[in-house]
Amino acid sequence: MAQKTQIEEVDRGIYDVINPENHRFVADKGLTEDIIREISREKNEPEWMLEFRLKSLEIYKSKPIPTWGADLSDLDVENIVHYVKPNTDMKHSWDEVPEEIKQTFERLGIPEAERKSLAGVGAQYDSEVVYHSMQEDLIKQGVIYTDMDSAVKQHEDIVRKYFMTLITNRDHKFSALHGAVWSGGSFVYVPEGVQVELPLQSYFRLNAKGAGQFEHTLIVVEKGASLHFIEGCSAPKYSVQNLHAGAVELFVKEEAKLRYSTIENWSRNMYNLNTKRSVVDKNGRIEWVSGSFGSRVSMLYPMSILRGEGASSEFTGITFAAKGQYLDTGTKVVHSAPNTSSIVNSKSISKDGGHAFYRGLLRVTPNAVGVKSTVNCESLMLDNRSKSDTLPIIEIGNDQVDIGHEAKIGRISDETIFYLMSRGISEAEAKAMIVRGFVEPITKELPLEYAVELNNLITLELEGTIG
Amino acid sequence: MQIIKIDNLKSEVDGSAILKGIDLTINKGEIHVIMGPNGAGKSTLANVLMGHPSHEVTEGKVTFMGKDLLDMKVDERAKAGLFLSFQYPQEVPGVTVENFLRTAKKEVSGIMPMMTQFNKDVKKQMSDLDMDEKYLSRYLNQGFSGGEKKKNEILQMAVLNPKLAILDETDSGLDVDAIRVVYETVQKLANENNAILVITHYNKILNYIKPDVVHVLVDGKIVKSGDLSLAEEIEQKGYESFKNALDDASLSA
Repeated sequence: MAQKTQIEEVDRGIYDVINPENHRFVADKGLTEDIIREISREKNEPEWMLEFRLKSLEIYKSKPIPTWGADLSDLDVENIVHYVKPNTDMKHSWDEVPEEIKQTFERLGIPEAERKSLAGVGAQYDSEVVYHSMQEDLIKQGVIYTDMDSAVKQHEDIVRKYFMTLITNRDHKFSALHGAVWSGGSFVYVPEGVQVELPLQSYFRLNAKGAGQFEHTLIVVEKGASLHFIEGCSAPKYSVQNLHAGAVELFVKEEAKLRYSTIENWSRNMYNLNTKRSVVDKNGRIEWVSGSFGSRVSMLYPMSILRGEGASSEFTGITFAAKGQYLDTGTKVVHSAPNTSSIVNSKSISKDGGHAFYRGLLRVTPNAVGVKSTVNCESLMLDNRSKSDTLPIIEIGNDQVDIGHEAKIGRISDETIFYLMSRGISEAEAKAMIVRGFVEPITKELPLEYAVELNNLITLELEGTIG
Repeated sequence: MQIIKIDNLKSEVDGSAILKGIDLTINKGEIHVIMGPNGAGKSTLANVLMGHPSHEVTEGKVTFMGKDLLDMKVDERAKAGLFLSFQYPQEVPGVTVENFLRTAKKEVSGIMPMMTQFNKDVKKQMSDLDMDEKYLSRYLNQGFSGGEKKKNEILQMAVLNPKLAILDETDSGLDVDAIRVVYETVQKLANENNAILVITHYNKILNYIKPDVVHVLVDGKIVKSGDLSLAEEIEQKGYESFKNALDDASLSA
């Protein structure tokens, strides 16, 4: 899966282009049972899904807003339109997608990326996936890659078996909200023994002002199969606060392997309260590559539950908190079977008063003997106004384990900048080089076009602060 | 033809005076050596010339390639043709030697070097320095031994082709074989269009490099300049006699 791909460089300006709103249907602001029924009717869903949504709404209303981590007191959930449907149905050829929406994706480089290197692309514009395709041979092998809304109807048995069983609507207020109003997202099913050689990718984009994004991603990788799934996200800037409360559920069966990579780059007014979880069976493996950029507030802790003997997980994460941003990110690993292993590598950068908070959990249950785990957290602060915290929680239920933990917090060194500048490199480029070097262990885990995008994002984030 | 002319250069760190009036002129094609005891201000001179932010210039003027050096930012000094081989090169994780060399070459020369030709040239220079090509893909100075770091400095000098290279205690931390390789390379890089300023307190390097002028720096001032015989004098008498000379000089002033 080390397939490297080539793509044109992405310009930051394109993330900020706002298209005129032109929707067929916009739900009333605020959340009522009527709205939920309307969403479900509009989607033409089976009855059980409507019931699930209504139950979730009830739970949502009864749960308090979490008071730990980020300050969510400014978040006005009642004022966010939960469901916005773009004025188009799903297309299978790029030519049929409306020009304006197509241009947005063209600017983001999506069709080019697909043409050049990817096995399949799903692009979500506001709440519905407008475009979908997958290589013919994967279809022949029984691989299913479609949007979640279609999956509910076309692959009802699989969806019903897995949907919101790993992240339930009782977990927290935002998982309940998600259960009530979820829309769009990706569904991937890889049958037993099938190796998907090229990465599948989906790209999300929020365009309507004040629209929440509640996409649901459900991936099932059956016994002995393998998949690399890539998700990229971006949203233009708005003055109204946006909420993102997606859910990602990943099921990795015996001897299966899943690599799930995301680079999230949200607009600076976004509340990104996303829940991601995977459960791994015997000798299976989950690999997370997670980049968190943008947003006003992020709370994101992808979780790996290693429930089969010999299962393993690897988490590689990068967080960049700039001015006005509070990014509370990390990962959770639960070792609930013997001889499971995990690796966590987390890096964070903060600048211009940004605050990066690493919050991690490592739990080993009493029966899980022979566990091996390594946790590494490194933080780099680019100035003395910025903040960085590390809170790794480790709960070990037995003594036959091998756990390593290392945390480093540092500032960018004037001596290093001087050294690079003495070779003709400008101060700005010297700082960028140091930061890119700091995240290099993560960049090299990404396919080339994402590595390029990550480096561009870093360069853009650094601009304007150096002079 | 002058490459650098230093007039009455004085500097401070945190309010304490280190350089107390340096006068020094280096012409094209010359190799100068500055010797002196620990704490005399040798490394300070190198750092002040390169523009280290914690050194404050309080007086004096430096003309480099016809321009006011002290007016330039650090990177501009490098672009003008000044190079410093650091006594303690910085480790930069995640930045490969190859990437660093190409970026620096691009900045200093103003053009992006052609990949294949550049790599060929660099590998030749590495072989002259007895450096393994594998270092190209290593992170800059990270996990390098003292000797490898110094060789890497000279490799950068070879790639960047400066007008004036200042070598700050490049011999420290090197074994005898490495010292020979490093200074033979430096001697080869010397030509009629550039100049080299070697800072050291170890006069054995004079077996490998032939300076035109030797200076003795004591307590922030150059107290004596001369030819190679001055180095022999230091060898025999040590620096004490020069310190006394300084005292005499300040008494008579």
